[in-house]
Amino acid sequence: MSTMDKSRYDADVVIVGGGLMGAATAFFLRQRGRSVILLERGLIGQQASGVNFGNVRRQGRFLPQLALANRSRAIWGRLPELLGEDAEFLATGHVRICYDTERLGVLEEYANAARPLGLDLEILSQQALRKRFPYFSHEAVGGSYSPIDGHANPRLAAPAFARAAVRAGARVVENTEIESVEKDGEDFRATATDGRTFRAPAMLITAGAWGGLLSEQFGEAVPMAVHGPQMSVTEPVPYAIREVCGVFTTIEREVVYCRQIPRGNVIIGGSTRGPAFPDIRRAYTVPTSTMSQMAEIRRMIPALGRLNIIRTWSGIEGYMSDGRPIMGPSGRVSGLFYAFGFCGHGFQLGPGVGDVMAELIDTGSTSTPIEPFQMARFAAPVAVAEGVDE
Amino acid sequence: MDQPRVIVIGAGPSGVRCAQTLVAAGIRPTLIEEGRRDGGQIYRRQPESFTRSYQTLYGDTASRAQSLHSDFDALKSQIDYRPETLAWNIVDRTVYAVKSGLSTPLPFDALVVCAGATDRLMPIPGWDFAGTYSLGGAQIALKAQACSIGRQVVFMGTGPLLYLVAAQYVAAGATVVAVLDTSPFTLRVGALPKLLAQPAALAKGVGLVAALKRARVPLHSGVTLIEIAGTAQDGVQGVVFEDSKGVRHRVVCDAVGLGYHLRPETQLADLARCEFEFHADRRLWMPKVDGMGRSSVKGVYLAGDSARVLGADAAEASGRLAAFAVLQDQGRTVPADQVQATERTLTRIRRFQAGLNQAFPWPHAQAAALPDHAVVCRCENVTAGELRHVVHQMGAQEANRAKAFSRVGMGRCQGRYCGVAGAEIIAQASGVPVELVGRLRGQAPIKPMTIAVEDPA
Amino acid sequence: MNARFYRLAETDRTPIELLIDGKPIFALQGDTLLVALLSGSRHVRVSEFGDTTRAGFCLMGACQDCWVWTESGDRLRACSTQAESGMSLLTSQPEGSWISPV
Repeated sequence: MSTMDKSRYDADVVIVGGGLMGAATAFFLRQRGRSVILLERGLIGQQASGVNFGNVRRQGRFLPQLALANRSRAIWGRLPELLGEDAEFLATGHVRICYDTERLGVLEEYANAARPLGLDLEILSQQALRKRFPYFSHEAVGGSYSPIDGHANPRLAAPAFARAAVRAGARVVENTEIESVEKDGEDFRATATDGRTFRAPAMLITAGAWGGLLSEQFGEAVPMAVHGPQMSVTEPVPYAIREVCGVFTTIEREVVYCRQIPRGNVIIGGSTRGPAFPDIRRAYTVPTSTMSQMAEIRRMIPALGRLNIIRTWSGIEGYMSDGRPIMGPSGRVSGLFYAFGFCGHGFQLGPGVGDVMAELIDTGSTSTPIEPFQMARFAAPVAVAEGVDE
Repeated sequence: MDQPRVIVIGAGPSGVRCAQTLVAAGIRPTLIEEGRRDGGQIYRRQPESFTRSYQTLYGDTASRAQSLHSDFDALKSQIDYRPETLAWNIVDRTVYAVKSGLSTPLPFDALVVCAGATDRLMPIPGWDFAGTYSLGGAQIALKAQACSIGRQVVFMGTGPLLYLVAAQYVAAGATVVAVLDTSPFTLRVGALPKLLAQPAALAKGVGLVAALKRARVPLHSGVTLIEIAGTAQDGVQGVVFEDSKGVRHRVVCDAVGLGYHLRPETQLADLARCEFEFHADRRLWMPKVDGMGRSSVKGVYLAGDSARVLGADAAEASGRLAAFAVLQDQGRTVPADQVQATERTLTRIRRFQAGLNQAFPWPHAQAAALPDHAVVCRCENVTAGELRHVVHQMGAQEANRAKAFSRVGMGRCQGRYCGVAGAEIIAQASGVPVELVGRLRGQAPIKPMTIAVEDPA
Repeated sequence: MNARFYRLAETDRTPIELLIDGKPIFALQGDTLLVALLSGSRHVRVSEFGDTTRAGFCLMGACQDCWVWTESGDRLRACSTQAESGMSLLTSQPEGSWISPV
């Protein structure tokens, strides 16, 4: 970034969207000495960042995403030192089981391909699975175990990053809805519904399911769908399942996962997704989804059938058409950056995304490969609109 | 004419009168009841094998109870009655109901929610000790199981139920060692004009106090409750309070009945996406309803204490009115004279109940006085200090934000017993008016549901 | 006396026998499980958080304070469940038994 007349700006970087991606980036920008304003329509971490399952897993990711996931995992382990709190992250291990031998073969192939990329997985035969994790149903034919993956509390993570960012000098502005974003000459300007404006030479859009409403103002529309994850939680019961557990399958209905916290509640997610209503920022659990989730979670771990669920909830997640997030520089506007649309698998990546985006914005490049997530992959071959900076 | 599919949830006074009115108009409603028997709380029925008379159980309201129960018994064959069935979610004009682990979708054209109310609680240190019950709980122990909650019982809090349950216990032969009312006696005098809207009800209340005095039960009003003394292992051992002159007393007891009026059960209205509004006079959030019980959602009606806490007689009246609203909205004529008579009854009752609220107010300022070590959320064992911490150190000024950070309201009861007091604590710690603190919403399932639940489809 | 609730009437009913923590207690047909347990014990469970014993609260299925463990690792809400002869309940959380094979 060039030297600038600082009095023109409110900060070096304006970040629009106060979920985990925005809060983590704000924190890491401060570590690099960059001033930052983080703008959030509601409260930090209220949307997908705060209501997701809480999986901190690398296993199962699209292989080109592992470098980013590894970088993020390293940060999860350092949260107490970085933020002064741990967001209840526990490296309990993560087990994926499967119901047929073909799937087990796929797990083995994945483990072999992931090993050189820094993810060490242990494939478990049916016998090994029954011995090591006897609570899985006998329908499981085997599994894949990732020892240092784990889980954390999504309600706490983004707010923890934001508070640390504030202590480090970031300006966090909540209850501020940004209506329009634009680049005016060298300056980015975000304008709130109440007329306040925020200016900076660089802008990062981390507005999650609403990211497309902002990117399209720069001529970069995205094919994003929104879905409501279906989450349930049990009453607290004696701590008996340490690992995060999930089913590896191609059948959507069967994709369920659970994690027990030391307090005793078991959080459950997956099976069929529900609708989400981003215009009114509401999403609801769907009874038929709850029913299939209950059936499939019993199928994975039968003993869970003894317990009661005490509430369910949903949220609003943005899914890109190719299942990969948007992350990196704008394809059209210099000084503009994006990190949104994480397709329901962004929580573990959050700290890493923050670190990478801060590095990218601060220095112009990042050591972690993020080419597969470029916004430019959605560029339509149309004429450039007038007035847009290249 | 096509039969509209009408579902009534709750077989208490409002639900029964609603169903009865619908049947009289030729409709066969489905009536879902979570419990084993009809009757609701105030007219809770004892087990079939019990022998106590209506007079013993219900005193002055014996004839109303008898009428409600026998009318329901006659009604059963004319409705689709589903006891021991929990309505756990409402989506797309369908009630999802679970019984014995089987969930059934029940589509409706009209839904009348008659879910009643629970006691409203203000925590005090020690209220989580074994042997502390809500006033309603103490009453149910007596009415439905012929038990006293202990050998030496203290009743405390405020409201008419405080005196009713204490008097019922005395009449049944239990030992009541004290009745402690947080409301100063003088407030009753000021509320007299409103209380005179229902002279018989007022006389009844006066009679209850007189009965307690005759039994030489120590009565204190204008008290400040300090703590319930006891041990974690053995529970309640006594109560410490300051009387209206500031003198501290300690009363030995092994059980406490505690409560401050009632709060409406609004979780089903939440699931049905009804709009809510804040009522400053009671400092409670209630679903919006018109005079006949129509909610903000077309086809969804709310009646009884789950709409407005106005007591059993009002519940019966509002149940009838909600049925009339359903019929009107289905294009059927309703008897205008009955509607008007019922509305007049409700007007009188509203005035009386406003008087009760004035005479026995919710002591919201006690929330600020609560010591940090007092448990606020019984389910999750979260203290007032921990709740204040998330307000001061984590910026939580709103009920759901505070819940996310502190866990207050995340337990099995979904905030039924900690929510209203929790909001007062957040308001006082943050300086934000309690209305802006907001409220905890009901989430499906509104009561714990087994993971072993199945869908027979 | 190892009881919390005190019977005032309706005592002429068929006796039933239940087990609490392996020890027999006697209750009466028509009791809810909560009343049956509290006629032979001063608590029905221990809070998951801290060591405070609990004995129910609202008796109307609203507070959820009276959920108890059966010996086989299942859950019952005591105030809304009928007590039956032969029921076997545990007042403290069985370590890990809920995860045992179904």
